[in-house]
Amino acid sequence: MAASEEASRPFAGLSDVSIAEDIPVEGDISVPVGPSRRDDEFSTLDEPVKDTIMRDLRAVGNKFIHVLYPKRSSALLRDWDLWGPLLLCVTLALLLQGGAADREDQGGPQFAEVFVIVWFGSIIITLNSKLLGGTISFFQSLCVLGYCIMPLTVAMVVCRIVLVISSGRVVFAVRLAVVTASFGWSTFASTAFLADSQPPNRKALVVYPVFLFYFVIAWMILTYSPQQ
Amino acid sequence: MSSGSGSRNTEPWGSFDDNLIQGGGSAVIDMENMDDTSGSSFEDMGEMHQRMKEEEEVAAEAAATEDDVADDGEFLGMKGLKGQLGRQVADEVWQAGKRQASKAFNLYANIDILRPYFDVEPVQVRNRLIESLIPVRMINFPQKIAGELYGPLMLVFTLVAILLHGMKTSGTVIREGTLMGTAIGTCFGYWLGVSAFIYFLAYLVNAQITMLQMLSLLGYGLFGPCIVLLVTYNIHFHFLFYGLWLLLGGLSTLRMVAALLSRTVGQTPRLLLCGTLGLLHMLFLLYLHFNYHTIIEGLLDSLEGHNMAPMQRVARDVPEVMLNATARNPGMLLSAY
Repeated sequence: MAASEEASRPFAGLSDVSIAEDIPVEGDISVPVGPSRRDDEFSTLDEPVKDTIMRDLRAVGNKFIHVLYPKRSSALLRDWDLWGPLLLCVTLALLLQGGAADREDQGGPQFAEVFVIVWFGSIIITLNSKLLGGTISFFQSLCVLGYCIMPLTVAMVVCRIVLVISSGRVVFAVRLAVVTASFGWSTFASTAFLADSQPPNRKALVVYPVFLFYFVIAWMILTYSPQQ
Repeated sequence: MSSGSGSRNTEPWGSFDDNLIQGGGSAVIDMENMDDTSGSSFEDMGEMHQRMKEEEEVAAEAAATEDDVADDGEFLGMKGLKGQLGRQVADEVWQAGKRQASKAFNLYANIDILRPYFDVEPVQVRNRLIESLIPVRMINFPQKIAGELYGPLMLVFTLVAILLHGMKTSGTVIREGTLMGTAIGTCFGYWLGVSAFIYFLAYLVNAQITMLQMLSLLGYGLFGPCIVLLVTYNIHFHFLFYGLWLLLGGLSTLRMVAALLSRTVGQTPRLLLCGTLGLLHMLFLLYLHFNYHTIIEGLLDSLEGHNMAPMQRVARDVPEVMLNATARNPGMLLSAY
């Protein structure tokens, strides 16, 4: 009976237990605020949408500036993202649309074609650079190649504006100059970022497909002519 | 940066780990590095810490509910146990699925199998390009053929670019859409298709050549046609084209033929193999020139004349095209025949 009484009162046997006085009990009973604050820092779910968008836009804009003034920096490689390439590719494809004389037949590079060429070209160049022993990762290379299309997109905008004004031999010469300049700029910018990741004696092997890739895009831009 | 790490930590109660081949090298996309925060942006960081927090929660709950399981009755214990166990099982199933998917991906999409074929130096590529135009006369001893894919691949892409460039005309409407697909399809189709076909014939006649060597040989043999097309798309002289066709096209064909001859035994097999290759290669260059050359002429005619349908399939016979553009009445047409 004593045992059952003891069992029914869980702490019955402890009533005469006292804390030994030679073992000091210390501590802080307050709940630490640290972990929750840490959570708030990394959980971006609660911030306003404007903050999220502005942060990403700022990152993309920062990378655009790096492409405009290409110097050997690792900013493009460290925080890669594919927003910029997507934006540029869509813009370029939209601008290249409608370069057909005959709307019924599939003339001019259609949206899907430009998209496929840009992305598959980038993938092939990335594979090539990895196979040649590059230390750059897949998405970093896609990021660099996509961002370096920016000068060509600017050239496309310029060409379209110029073609709205007039068309003829002089205009063609102007367009040729603009497109050639932007093509050289794109190639130079992308090699400034990509060259560091290659073994030093194989840089030419990596630069050549990049040159071809931007050449094809520049050709598409140059031979664009608006619908009459 | 992209090298794969070792196996992940396994659950104590034995997860679905199959210890397949752990690739030492790196594959294209290491899915194990998808959580790598050396990459992108805040979303990844947030996701990673979210997952870490969840794992902590799961661990904390597991520790917390252990006492409940011990003290409460069986029914309550099972419910508590099932909730927490279910979550753990679901998580583990997801992890195992992702592991297996990434293993399968690494196994099949592993580009490391192609890595040795891209192990070249620029000097070697340059030398091989020049040698592709120099036929070697020794045919009694098997000639050395480099088994490399970088040069051939770049040459095929260059040929595509040259074909596209050959379509430039100032201010004229061009069907870039279908031409782009056609150019890529033509060049790659030729390289891969003819290589496979010649390899098949070589297999039939028991010639000593591997598929890789055939791809490499034919790829480098496209260097001559590249130069010919680059020149003749800018300078439109028929005799120039014929001369270059015979000279450069002939040299590159002779080089390929000599290499094949040195690896084949017997008169008839040699004739079959080398005759086929020579014919196909020379005809291909002819086809590339005339197919696109006539397009340019057709387009130029359409500029000055009536609205011809600006489509590739212009008549091959140039005088006929010019007649159509200039003939004003059927009488003149009839009298021409």
